[in-house]
Amino acid sequence: MTPLPRWADVVLLPLLNVTLAFLVGGLIVLSVGQNPLQAVGIMLYGAFGYGSGFGYTLYYTTDFIFAGLAVSLAYHAGLFNIGPEGQAYVGGLGVILIGLALNGMHWALVFPLMIICGALFGAAWAFIPGYLQAKRGSHVVITTIMFNFIAVSMMGFIISRILKPEGVNSDESAPLEAITRVPQLRGFIELFRNSPVNLTFFLAIAALFFVYWLIWRTKFGYSVRALGNNPVAANYAGISNQKMIMIIMALAGAFAAMVAVNNVGGVQGRLILNFVNGAGFVGIAVAFMGKGHPIGVGLSALLFGMLYQGGQELAFQMPGITREMIVTIQALVILFTGAMGDMMRGPLSRMFFQPDATAGDK
Amino acid sequence: MTGLNPTNEQRSSGAAASALAIELVGINKHFGPVHANKDIHLAVKRGTVHGIVGENGAGKSTLMSILYGFYTADSGTILVDGVAHEITDSRHALALGIGMVHQHFMLVDNFTVLENVVLGAEDSALLTPTLNRARGHLKDLARDYGLDIDPDAIVGNLSVGQQQRVEILKALYRGAETLILDEPTGVLTPAEADHLFRILGKLRAEGKTIILITHKLREIMAITDEVSVMRQGEMVETLPTADTSPEHLAELMVGRRVLLRVEKGAAKPGKVLLEVENLVVTDDFGTPRVKGVNFQVRAGEIVGIAGVAGNGQSELLESIAGMRDQKSGTIRVNGNPLSLEGDDGAARARKAGLAHVPEDRLRMGLITNFAAWENAILGYQGKYGDGPALDIAKARATAQDYMKKFDVRPAALDLKTANFSGGNQQKLVLAREMERDPDVLVVGQPTRGVDIGAIEFIHNQIIKMRDAGKAILLVSVELDEIRSLSDRILVIFDGQIVGEADPATADETELGLRMTGSHTDNVVTEPGTLPEHETPVQQTLVEMSPKDNSGRDTN
Repeated sequence: MTPLPRWADVVLLPLLNVTLAFLVGGLIVLSVGQNPLQAVGIMLYGAFGYGSGFGYTLYYTTDFIFAGLAVSLAYHAGLFNIGPEGQAYVGGLGVILIGLALNGMHWALVFPLMIICGALFGAAWAFIPGYLQAKRGSHVVITTIMFNFIAVSMMGFIISRILKPEGVNSDESAPLEAITRVPQLRGFIELFRNSPVNLTFFLAIAALFFVYWLIWRTKFGYSVRALGNNPVAANYAGISNQKMIMIIMALAGAFAAMVAVNNVGGVQGRLILNFVNGAGFVGIAVAFMGKGHPIGVGLSALLFGMLYQGGQELAFQMPGITREMIVTIQALVILFTGAMGDMMRGPLSRMFFQPDATAGDK
Repeated sequence: MTGLNPTNEQRSSGAAASALAIELVGINKHFGPVHANKDIHLAVKRGTVHGIVGENGAGKSTLMSILYGFYTADSGTILVDGVAHEITDSRHALALGIGMVHQHFMLVDNFTVLENVVLGAEDSALLTPTLNRARGHLKDLARDYGLDIDPDAIVGNLSVGQQQRVEILKALYRGAETLILDEPTGVLTPAEADHLFRILGKLRAEGKTIILITHKLREIMAITDEVSVMRQGEMVETLPTADTSPEHLAELMVGRRVLLRVEKGAAKPGKVLLEVENLVVTDDFGTPRVKGVNFQVRAGEIVGIAGVAGNGQSELLESIAGMRDQKSGTIRVNGNPLSLEGDDGAARARKAGLAHVPEDRLRMGLITNFAAWENAILGYQGKYGDGPALDIAKARATAQDYMKKFDVRPAALDLKTANFSGGNQQKLVLAREMERDPDVLVVGQPTRGVDIGAIEFIHNQIIKMRDAGKAILLVSVELDEIRSLSDRILVIFDGQIVGEADPATADETELGLRMTGSHTDNVVTEPGTLPEHETPVQQTLVEMSPKDNSGRDTN
C-alpha cells in the first residue's frame, strides 16, 4: 500500500479516528435519549471552558504524559512496558520519604530532590523486570504486569503499617507542610484557581522535549532504536542488548515515577493508598495513540486529560449520562485510535493517490 | 547511470492474433512519483516459454501483477487470445486462463496437497465430492506433466521444490493455459530447478504458455524460446533466445557492457592479520557447529571458505565477528586475541580492526526501518559525536560519501533502507564496512540476491581491498564466486576444514567431493559426524556448480 504523506499519517489519521470515536459515542448518547451535541458541548466546556476545569485537564495531562513516555521509551527498544502503574506507585515512596525527611524546608530545595528520589525508586522497580528480561529471558510484559500487583501489595503494607501516623484513620502517610509541597499554579495564575495543576506540568513538557532529544538526537537513542527495530542487527553493531534493555527499563520507570511527583508532591502532599488510580494504564493508550513520538504523546495525553476532566463534568451536569457511559466513550477513543487505528488508512490512502496516479508524477 | 533513453522497440505483431496467448499494448503504471511501467508492449506466443529479465526494480513484477489483476494499469490494453480484457482481479485472470506461481508460496502448511489445490475452488459446501474429483484430476496432471506428488502429503512436510509443484498444480487445476512464474528458482536448489525446467518443458509440449520472470541468465538460455529485457520500467527489447547470449542480455539489462568474469592479478600475501586457532563454536541450541578450526589469513590475500550451506560457515563468521561466543579456541586480529565475552563482542572486534559484511544483510547488516544515513553508521555510531549527542551532520556526510563512492541508487539519505533494491542495500553495507579501512574484512555471501551489474562492482571492490593489503575472509555458497575471487580455498565440512585448494588448479569434482566429506586426505573425519542433512554427492555437486544468486529479495 502506498504510504501516506507524513502530515496525513501524524495529524489527519488520528483526527479522523477520534472523530469516528466521538460519532459512535454520540450514537450511544443518543440511544439513551440524551442530546449528543449538548454532551460534547459540556465536555469541551468542562475541560477547556473555564479556568479551574482547564487546570484539572492539565493536571491529568501531566500524569498521562509521564506514563505515556514511560511506555514509549521502552517501546522504542522493542519492549512493552505495562508497568507504569506500579512504577509510579513505588516512585511515590521515594517522593514521600525525601519529602518527609526534609519536611518544612522550602519546595525549591525539595522539588529537585523529589524528582531524583522518586526517579530512583521508580527506576529500581522497573529495573528488576528489565534485568529478568535481559539475563533470564522472562518476558517483560508478564513481569511488569506482575510487578504492578506486587507494588500494590507492598505499598499497601508500607503505607498502612509503616508510614501511617498514629491516630490517623485513613491509609495515608503524614502530610507534607505547605511550604515543602510542589507549588500549584493557582498561586501564580488566577485562572487556575481551585485546580491542582502544579509545577510538575512544566516538568512534563520538558520531559517531552528531552525524550525527543534522547531518542532521535543521541547515540544512546540510536542504539535504543536499533535494538527496537532489529535486535540481531543491534548485536551485529556491537550494541549490548542486555545492557540496553536494563537501562531503558530503568529509565522508563524513572519517567513513570514523575506521576508521583505530580500527585504525592504536588496535589495530595502525602502518600495515599492507590494514588496512581489508573494513570499508568492510561499511559499505555496514550503511548500507542501517540505512536511513541513525544508530540503524539503530548497531544494524546491532552486528549485523555480532556476526556477525564470533561467526562466528570458531563456525569455531574447530565444525570442521564452515567459514569459508565463516560468510560465507554473513553474506551471507544482507545478502540478507534489504538486497536483500529489503521482502519481508515486504506480509504485515506486511496483518496490521496487515486487522482495522483492519473495526473502523473506529483 | 547512462543518460541514454533506450528506444522502445515497437514490435509489430505480424502473426495472427490467435497465435498470441497474451499481448500487452502500451501499459503504464505509476506508484506515486515512480513510473514503474513505461508504455510497455509485450507479445507472448502461444505454446512458448517467454522469459522476462531485468534487474531488481526494472518493473517485471509490476507488469506481471497487472496481467494477473493485482494492480490496474493506469493506461494500456491487455489482450488474451486476441481479445481485449479489463482484468479486475486475480479471479478474473484465472477465469481467462492465466495462472501465477508467486515467489513466496501461498499455501496452507497444515493442509494436504489435495486440500491446498481445491482451496477456493470448491464445488459445493460438502468437501468430499470436490476432493474426489480433484484426486482424479490431479492424477491426470501428474501423468501428463511429470508433476507427481502425493496428494495426501501435508504441505508443511514437503520440500520447497515440491511445494512449488503444488502451486503449479493449483494453477493448472483451475484451468490455467498461461502460467506466470515469478523468480521460481530463487528458493530452489539447482537440482530442484532442473526438475522444474523439465516440468516446464512438458507443459510447453502440451501447448501451455509460460512466462518466466527471472534475473538469472542461465535459466533464460536454458529454457526460453523468446526473451524480453526490461530496464528501469521500460521494455528494452524482445528477441529469440537463440539469437542472443548471456553477455548480450546482461548488457541490455544493465545498459552497459558487463564482465561476467572477475579480473585480478596475483596475490602478494604479507603478514598474518587474522588467525583462528582451535576454534569451537556452538549454535543457539548448544550443538557444536565449528569443531576445532585452524587457519590464517594474510594481508593482501583472499581466503575463500567453500562448503555446502549449513556446515558451520555462518557460526564461524559470526564468531570471528564477535557476535557469537566461542566455546574454546582463539581468534587473533593483528596478533591480538579478541576477547569476546558479553553480548557486545562485535564492538570489540571492530575496535581491533575487523569489519564484517554479514551473510544476511536484512536480518543482520541493516535496520530496514532506518533511513539510509542511519544505516551508513551502524556499528560505528560511537564515532559520531564526542558527548552523548549524535553528530547527525557528520553521519549524513559519511552516508553521502558512501553512496557516491559505491554508486548507491537512489542517493537519497532519508529514504528508508527497506525501499532500496537488494543490490543497493548490499552496496551500502559494503561501503560502510570497507570505507572504514579495516585490517581484516570478513565477508559472507557478498552477492546474494544482487543484480549482475552490482555483482561485478562488488567483486571489483573486494579485489581492490585485497590489493590495498587487507586480509579478506570470504564465505559463499556460490562455488563460482569462491573460485574466481579467492587466492586460497579452504573447504569446510561438518564444522571442520577438510582441505585446502588452489583456485587456479582446483578440480570442481574434487572440491565437490570434499565438501560432502567423501574425500578427506588432510583430516580424518570421525565416523558418525556426518550432518543430518547429508545430501547425496551427486546432488550436491549440481547444487554447488551453477551461478545461482539466490534472489530472495528481488523487487
